[in-house]
Amino acid sequence: MPLDSVGHLLQTVVDLPFRDGYVSSIIYVSLYVSVIAVTLSTLFSIPVAIVMGFGDFPGKQFVKSVINTGMGFPSVVVGLLVLFTVSNQGPLGTLELIFTKEAMIMSQFVLATPPITAISLAAISGVDENVRDAAHVLGGTRVDVALVVLKEARYGIATAVLAGFGRAISEVGSVLIVGGNITSAGGISKTRTLTTAIQLEARQGQYETAMILGAVLVALVLTVNAVVVRLGDQEVQR
Amino acid sequence: MPIQRREFIAAIGTGVVASTAGCTQPGQSNSQSDGESGGSQAGVAGETLTLTTTTSTYDTGLLDEIHPAFEDMYGVSVDAVAQGTGAALESARNGDSDVVMVHARGLEDEFMRNGYGINRRDLMFNDFVIVGPESDPAGIQGMGSATEALTAIAESEAQFVSRGDNSGTHTKELNLWEAAGTEPGGDWYQETGTGMGEALNVANQQGAYTLSDRGTYISQRSEIDLVILVQGPIEDGPEILANPYGIMAVNPGVHDNANYDLAMAYIGWITSPGAQDAISSYQVNGEQLFFPEAVSENPNFQQYVPEGWSSDSDG
Repeated sequence: MPLDSVGHLLQTVVDLPFRDGYVSSIIYVSLYVSVIAVTLSTLFSIPVAIVMGFGDFPGKQFVKSVINTGMGFPSVVVGLLVLFTVSNQGPLGTLELIFTKEAMIMSQFVLATPPITAISLAAISGVDENVRDAAHVLGGTRVDVALVVLKEARYGIATAVLAGFGRAISEVGSVLIVGGNITSAGGISKTRTLTTAIQLEARQGQYETAMILGAVLVALVLTVNAVVVRLGDQEVQR
Repeated sequence: MPIQRREFIAAIGTGVVASTAGCTQPGQSNSQSDGESGGSQAGVAGETLTLTTTTSTYDTGLLDEIHPAFEDMYGVSVDAVAQGTGAALESARNGDSDVVMVHARGLEDEFMRNGYGINRRDLMFNDFVIVGPESDPAGIQGMGSATEALTAIAESEAQFVSRGDNSGTHTKELNLWEAAGTEPGGDWYQETGTGMGEALNVANQQGAYTLSDRGTYISQRSEIDLVILVQGPIEDGPEILANPYGIMAVNPGVHDNANYDLAMAYIGWITSPGAQDAISSYQVNGEQLFFPEAVSENPNFQQYVPEGWSSDSDG
């Protein structure tokens, strides 16, 4: 790792953002794909967590173990499964989704859903029984009770969404397979994310650029974390 | 949207570089027709061509350099996916791309024989080189034969990095071992399963030998300490290290979603004198990486079909 070229590194930092929107378009694609995937995943996961947190139904343990397995499911395999699904030969072949952002959203959705569901469920289950009882005693319907519990668990749920976002945006294997790491000839990203760009720059031996993109990625994740933590703090203080 | 065939054929046939006046921007809808004035869209404007190709054409920066001319000419966009020859052909086999640019004639022939690829054209060539550390532990510097060099590396069990990813370069490397009559294996032989650039980096970190296409090596020479120890035919090395690139359209009879019109427009363009000139004038670090091969006084009709093909030998 050539760390002796500090001057060179600085030069790269200065040049990089002005390379015709290359970096900004990569950041945009990363955020676009991950935010949409995590939003959809949240809309899907929270209801599932609520049903599992409040209800008892046969097969609940099985669903739980499926979710827990999903937490550790290798992302590359998810990418492979999505590839088979959206490839021209696959069941969704007619939609021509291969090498598009939509295919990347699909794979990140699959990746983000298990942690969001599992952590939300833990947060909901962790709400004190007394809170539920109190809500019932005050004449709350099941919906009211659920809302009260969700309000109590909001911090845990925010953590869940964060964990999902973290998994989605730092994932490289599956988006590389289904997205194809494409930029237009003008150097504007179409399906190139921060992670796949880092992979490409490292492949070409452009370690400085790779490091800068890595720093951008870390900064992005930390910023999102900081914002959510702040929101949580304010809520707690109120 | 129906292809305006007459206009399309006219645009291809004349081979005139369209005037930029009234050029459709990529991404704009193609509802506007520009009549018979021979404008820049041939009924494909606004469409996207998916090209699967090798890491060597992509990592050298060649495609980023030459594609804008094509995109502007037709008002289209080209999605280049760099995968390596094996994976690029596999994507095309599945109907996930419209055109393939690869460098392994044996695999290309098989692809055509199975009916997936049609209208192959010779595109350009460069060559392979054997690179390694300057210390040259196996003593292969200046050997005129690639197979002797590999045999020497195997005998001295010097570190050797193989792509191991079913790419064109990997295919060539395996052919070389076969020609050398040596079965590579053991601790000294490492398969990285990555693109050429990554393999060069690994070889560089470990002071190992590797087989590289000259283009990627030149693109990365400033980042690594490896030197060329056995030259390819461009520098009067053995002919076995030649590295020709071919381009094929995906057969629309097999995959009706393949954008055949645009694929043929692309093949027509990239094998035209203008694009071939652009390829030969593309330089990295002051060196020419690719040598055009599509324009020739004596057309070689074998380029269109699998080698050794005749109409009665293949059904």
